[in-house]
Amino acid sequence: MDLTPVLDGFGVVFQPTNLLYCLIGVVVGMLVGVLPGLGPAATIAILLPVTFGIEPVTAIIMLAGIFYGAQYGGTITSVLLRLPGEASSVVTVFDGHAMARQGKAGTALGIAAIGSFIGGTVSIIAMSLLAPLVASFALDFGPPEYTALALLGILLVSTVSSGHRLKAIIAACVGLLLATVGRDGFTSVERFTLDNLSLADGLDFVPIAMGLFGLGEILYNLEERHRAAQAPATVANVWPSRKDLRQSSGAIGRGSVIGFVLGILPGGGAVLSSLAAYAVEKRRAKDPSRFGKGAVEGVAAPETANNAAATSSFIPLLTLGIPANATMAVIFGALLIQGVSPGPQLVSEEPELFWGVVNSMYLGNILLLIMSIPLVGLFVKILRVRPTILAPITVLITLIGVYTVNNDVFDIVLVIVFGALGYLMKKLGFDPGPLVLAFVLGSLLEDSLRRSLLIFDGDATGFFARPISGTLLAAFVIVAILPGVRALLRRRARSRNEELV
Amino acid sequence: MTVLVGYVPTPEGDAAFAAGLAEAVRRAEDLVVLNSPRGGAVVSADVAAPEVIDRLTADAAAASVSLTVRQDAHADDLADAVVRVADELSVSVIVIGIRRRSAVGKLLLGSSAQRILLDANRPVLAVKP
Repeated sequence: MDLTPVLDGFGVVFQPTNLLYCLIGVVVGMLVGVLPGLGPAATIAILLPVTFGIEPVTAIIMLAGIFYGAQYGGTITSVLLRLPGEASSVVTVFDGHAMARQGKAGTALGIAAIGSFIGGTVSIIAMSLLAPLVASFALDFGPPEYTALALLGILLVSTVSSGHRLKAIIAACVGLLLATVGRDGFTSVERFTLDNLSLADGLDFVPIAMGLFGLGEILYNLEERHRAAQAPATVANVWPSRKDLRQSSGAIGRGSVIGFVLGILPGGGAVLSSLAAYAVEKRRAKDPSRFGKGAVEGVAAPETANNAAATSSFIPLLTLGIPANATMAVIFGALLIQGVSPGPQLVSEEPELFWGVVNSMYLGNILLLIMSIPLVGLFVKILRVRPTILAPITVLITLIGVYTVNNDVFDIVLVIVFGALGYLMKKLGFDPGPLVLAFVLGSLLEDSLRRSLLIFDGDATGFFARPISGTLLAAFVIVAILPGVRALLRRRARSRNEELV
Repeated sequence: MTVLVGYVPTPEGDAAFAAGLAEAVRRAEDLVVLNSPRGGAVVSADVAAPEVIDRLTADAAAASVSLTVRQDAHADDLADAVVRVADELSVSVIVIGIRRRSAVGKLLLGSSAQRILLDANRPVLAVKP
């Protein structure tokens, strides 16, 4: 393996601008991690216009920092206030808050920070080794392979992610439909433009992401939950004892591996991996009843796993150009705004961007480890800001931001329309993630599908004649029919039982 | 009849609680502590932590006074909330802690103590720490 581009990447990271934006990214990430309701996807969507004026490397370094920084921040409220700041910190509540009630809040936060750091770093090293291999493998991919990959990606994100499976698939289909708006690239026919000139070039990604994630989430949080305020918690005795460290070292190791593997899979990501790591620890423990009552492994495992997953979910994006989850879809959009098309060529053609972003994560994780403990009090103070003050400011920033991208009022209208749609989707239990992801992959899917049909002379069986696309499509079919088969088997088993009775 | 204490976890609040407890003993009445944070935010420095409430309960038990702690959040104005609860329970006296606030501070931020003194139509006992 040639080490020169890797070392050049460090040169990129240590440029003062990039250092500054890395710091900004992780601080903002921790902030939104602390704030319940505002997730990394929403924040990155809102900040998309800010990245417009800066270098691509710098922009992605900052956005990546927000994503993995949020994994650190979510822990703080989970442990101290029994209130997960992020979906990926939900399982940390069980043992983290139990430890806090025993007066060991500092230990829980310290273990979580150390675990997050180790998980993140292990994941970066594994990514540095694996990503170039995947990319060189993917260089041989043609349109049929991309068709299969995009289909599989959309299906996995819709089915694997939490929430209602059918609703996620409906959302993904709406996303695919939205991707077809505009002039067709092959025949120049206008589709679904309603004779509106602004729609002729298709829907832009930025207003859709800002509306669905940004505005939609703000509106949803505003109406919600008048929960009683809590007294600000105090943290003492931060350093975990040697016994705690020894006890959680196994959990941290396993959490790193689980997080890394699940992070690569589409639809996996931080949320799923934290749940899986917690479940594994509980199953492995000699005395599972300790879990939920302040077991230190119950904090270490999910926190390690969610950081490892946050890091490794960059692999499919940067090597294949397929975002693995909603946040990655927004970063994909950010890359497109910058004129960088993520894909297998990225590692070889833009090594500075690729290695700059990857290596910035080492630095970001160190910054987070240093900051996370001393600044806990400060971050908890943020929670004293009332949403009635925060929400109008965020909405204003969103609307001004989207206007500055194209200086087009039509984009503001789009944000409001998609904001209303995002609000209604959340209210009715639809996750906007699959929609945005399908929208991003929609044009890739359509392009490569039609190109491959041209290659195959319109013969769709050609997909199965090529080994990689055939395998991927077989996986697609299996994932698609598996739930149905399982339901069928269950029903059959039940009816057999009834007959016996 | 009851004695109502407007409580916040500060020296002023503690002084008000001590005076309220003494008042409840003197009148042989029940004690109600109102600790009302502003609603909306997740965390508020005005909320008394469970340990603080335990301490208040212990103090009241030592003086053999029956104590109720209410922590209902207010949406609009703290003074309104105190007066509303006082009317609702028709308390015999409201006990509040007061602190020094400059004329400019009062102009900009207002004074909850002053509002309670003016708005309540029952006796108010104002205590300094």
